[in-house]
Amino acid sequence: MPMTISINGAETPLPDDPRVSLLDFLREHLQLSGTKKGCNQGACGACTVLVDGDQRILSCLALAVQYAGRAITSIEGLSQEHGALHPLQQAFVEHDGFQCGYCTPGQICSAIGMAAELERGVPSYVTGDLAVIAIAPDHEEVRERMSGNLCRCGAYNGIVAAVMEHVNEPVRETP
Amino acid sequence: MTPFTFARAADVPDAVRLGALPEAKYLGGGTNLVDLMRETIEKPASLVDVSGLSTSIEERPDGSLLIGAGARNTAVAEHRAVRTRYPLLTRAIVAGASAQIRNMATVGGNILQRTRCAYFYDDDGARCNKRSPGQGCDAIDGFNRIHAILGASDACVATHPSDMCVALAALDAIVHLQGPQGMRTVPLTELHRLPEDHPELETLLAPGELITAVELPALPFAANSAYRKVRDRSSYAFALVSVAAALEVDGGIVRDVRLALGGVAHKPWRAAKAEAMLRGKPATADNFRAAAAAELADAKPLRDNAFKVGLAQRTMVAVLESLLGTSSSGGKS
Repeated sequence: MPMTISINGAETPLPDDPRVSLLDFLREHLQLSGTKKGCNQGACGACTVLVDGDQRILSCLALAVQYAGRAITSIEGLSQEHGALHPLQQAFVEHDGFQCGYCTPGQICSAIGMAAELERGVPSYVTGDLAVIAIAPDHEEVRERMSGNLCRCGAYNGIVAAVMEHVNEPVRETP
Repeated sequence: MTPFTFARAADVPDAVRLGALPEAKYLGGGTNLVDLMRETIEKPASLVDVSGLSTSIEERPDGSLLIGAGARNTAVAEHRAVRTRYPLLTRAIVAGASAQIRNMATVGGNILQRTRCAYFYDDDGARCNKRSPGQGCDAIDGFNRIHAILGASDACVATHPSDMCVALAALDAIVHLQGPQGMRTVPLTELHRLPEDHPELETLLAPGELITAVELPALPFAANSAYRKVRDRSSYAFALVSVAAALEVDGGIVRDVRLALGGVAHKPWRAAKAEAMLRGKPATADNFRAAAAAELADAKPLRDNAFKVGLAQRTMVAVLESLLGTSSSGGKS
């Protein structure tokens, strides 16, 4: 079993204690405090990070050791060259997709994972025809697919607007 | 969380060997077990990570589908054969949890997830026969809106929380097990137990036995199937009641039907009585209502959940009526 985990591109030794969650590993061991601890029990989505580029998971319900040898991207790993914002971060700014900002890193990581799922044709609870692979990311689809990310400020309208802009007009990202 | 050792199993024999260690537990995605360990409801001395084993989904020559126990819930839901041949399974999976959790959770772990009864979770403040056998049950006279109406006992009124398992029960899924004594298969409908006097015993798995795969037998009419979930909010909530159904109608007569209920019992509830009443009968709303009423005739609601009896019946009828609209008149074969 590999003894390291890639965090935002940097090979990092795993914690010695297997009890350490991926969330605590990021925040307390690596001082990457962008990923937020909301409920710590899989009910709020604030701790969402990406595995192997575009697979969204909850870091609070993950033990860091489970992801040995895998690549984790947190919100800190999304910013572009010269500190420019990721296009989705920019869309959140433009659409007022947050108030307090606590759920925002999770919302953004989740939306990136959601875009990849849509591209693969993964159906959702509101998808009409399961045989259709090209699913139109309309308002209802986006709301259902983002339902694992709560926002206690209630900035949902801005969040949905930002995410819809991103999935409908994907801006070419710098490689 | 109490201390434990962690090992990643190299293959199934390795997993079974490690799983025989004292107080060992198999770890899938961790979405339920890690949470229960944090609450010190589960206190394994060792964890055996089996999430990388048997992740394939294989269409077999006999028309069955073999789903590896390590397959993630999302991988099953999006699989071409599942969404076209067993749409109720895709519908059930995407009705459960959130996208993040479905990306983590495995098929084996989903089957073995534990109840979300709040008294089971409340180690400090509540009595629970499932958590501490013989202690008593605070749910029976407590807030029991989400609890069981069918098959419960004086010891436990908890429900099984899975959506996926309701579809698997309707499909006559067969669970493949590997243990120290070798391999065997068990129908999913028999894998989970009713609580009786031992709610701490949730399945008939022997110590150290590992779920390696779930087999879906060929069932052509499952192409006309559905899953409906009724819950307190429209997404990301456990079922109050859910219904998985498949229907084959020929000349207005029910040739075959599958029905299973979620959110009502300690296990995914196969509605065998209702099915038996419907086979060979005219596919009418009156017959659907009579069959649903018969299935719920033995329901024993608690203080807060009597609404589930009527809700389950209405949902069964609504799902069957929706499938009547999509069933080809000549019957699918």
